[in-house]
Amino acid sequence: MNGVHDMGGMHNFGKVEPDPNEPVFHAAWEGRVVAMYFAMACTGEWNIDMTRAAREGLPAHVYLSVSYYHRWLLGLERNALDHGLVDADEIAAGHALRPGKPVKRILTKDEIDAAFRRGSYSRPTNREACFKAGDRVRAKNINPPTHTRLPRYARSRVGVVEAVRGCQVFPDSVMTGGGENPQWLYTVVFEGRELWGEKADPTLKVSVEAFEPYLEPA
Amino acid sequence: MTTHEHELHGSELSEIELRVRALETVLTEKGYVDPSVLDPIIEHYETKIGPHNGARVIAKAWTDPAFNQALLVDATKAVDALGLISHVPEQLIAVENSPTLHNLVVCTLCSCYPWEMLGLPPVWYKSAPYRSRVVMDPRGVLADFGVTLPAETEIRVWDSTAESRFIVLPARPAGTECWTEEQLASLVTRDCMIGTGLPKRPEEVSA
Repeated sequence: MNGVHDMGGMHNFGKVEPDPNEPVFHAAWEGRVVAMYFAMACTGEWNIDMTRAAREGLPAHVYLSVSYYHRWLLGLERNALDHGLVDADEIAAGHALRPGKPVKRILTKDEIDAAFRRGSYSRPTNREACFKAGDRVRAKNINPPTHTRLPRYARSRVGVVEAVRGCQVFPDSVMTGGGENPQWLYTVVFEGRELWGEKADPTLKVSVEAFEPYLEPA
Repeated sequence: MTTHEHELHGSELSEIELRVRALETVLTEKGYVDPSVLDPIIEHYETKIGPHNGARVIAKAWTDPAFNQALLVDATKAVDALGLISHVPEQLIAVENSPTLHNLVVCTLCSCYPWEMLGLPPVWYKSAPYRSRVVMDPRGVLADFGVTLPAETEIRVWDSTAESRFIVLPARPAGTECWTEEQLASLVTRDCMIGTGLPKRPEEVSA
């Protein structure tokens, strides 16, 4: 989706403002949101790509105007609604109005530590990787209205494969009903001038982690 | 909030607090979330993960050339073998700064970040100014952090567009030849492991 979340190379967002004394959470509710997000991820009803897609799918003005964890809350509501786990009238009422549906798993207190082990996205494959380190590749000019992890600034640009990262769950497929459809993943590095034109910083190189379907030989 | 503030704002909870509470109530009443798990999860994020984890790995790399090499070859395996951090990302990638190369990490599409190594990302990392600009004008972003690099230093920006997670291995500060691993860890800041900062100088931490 060519949404406002795809920010690389946009102008006019202002200066970066580091806060050396920033707390982990600015208010208690932020911690509650993160904890609910984690607990609901453990139900196995959706994967990380679906949570990203839910946030990207927020209206542009909402995405840009709410705080980070507020965006997470809205995304979590979206995921729960889309999967039929809750209904809008329940969120509005602040109470369950119907019994819950069966979910794959409910996280318990003694499983928390094990649950923090990050999920695995690597998958076995019989296919050979199409590219190897050193190959010149062009990122395809794709503009899917659905979730993708190929940022706009890299599309149509020529770069060099620097590393092959294994075969992994393909986010674009997860969000279009194609399941995990694992694909080879590469680190592809682009010269700053290839991305931003001849006035770009000549010392700059930028890499993206690109799935094989995003790439073609160049 | 004090009682006085409640009166000023007209309600006990803000709109966002009410909305969070509403969802929490619905999810727990429907049985999807066991309410006893929430506080321990928050505690994990507030205390167990954080830049102290990454700092120990960097300090180890500064003192142990074999570990440094292993970290660059396969950071997940190397950090796992160290046994200091319980949950290492599946695909952790360490990228090393040199006198001619400076690395920076970003996620332009969302906020991907090596939580287990550095904790939850700071607001600026997740913000539009950083995500939009660092891939195009990294030196301008570094200036916002008060960092200036030589004009000829190559800058490499790593955009975390998949599940690969990057941590910058900065150069060991000069004047630390006799320092222990623990002392060295005190020089390693979160920002220097993202690439928006440099490690502290020895004189900044010694009494």
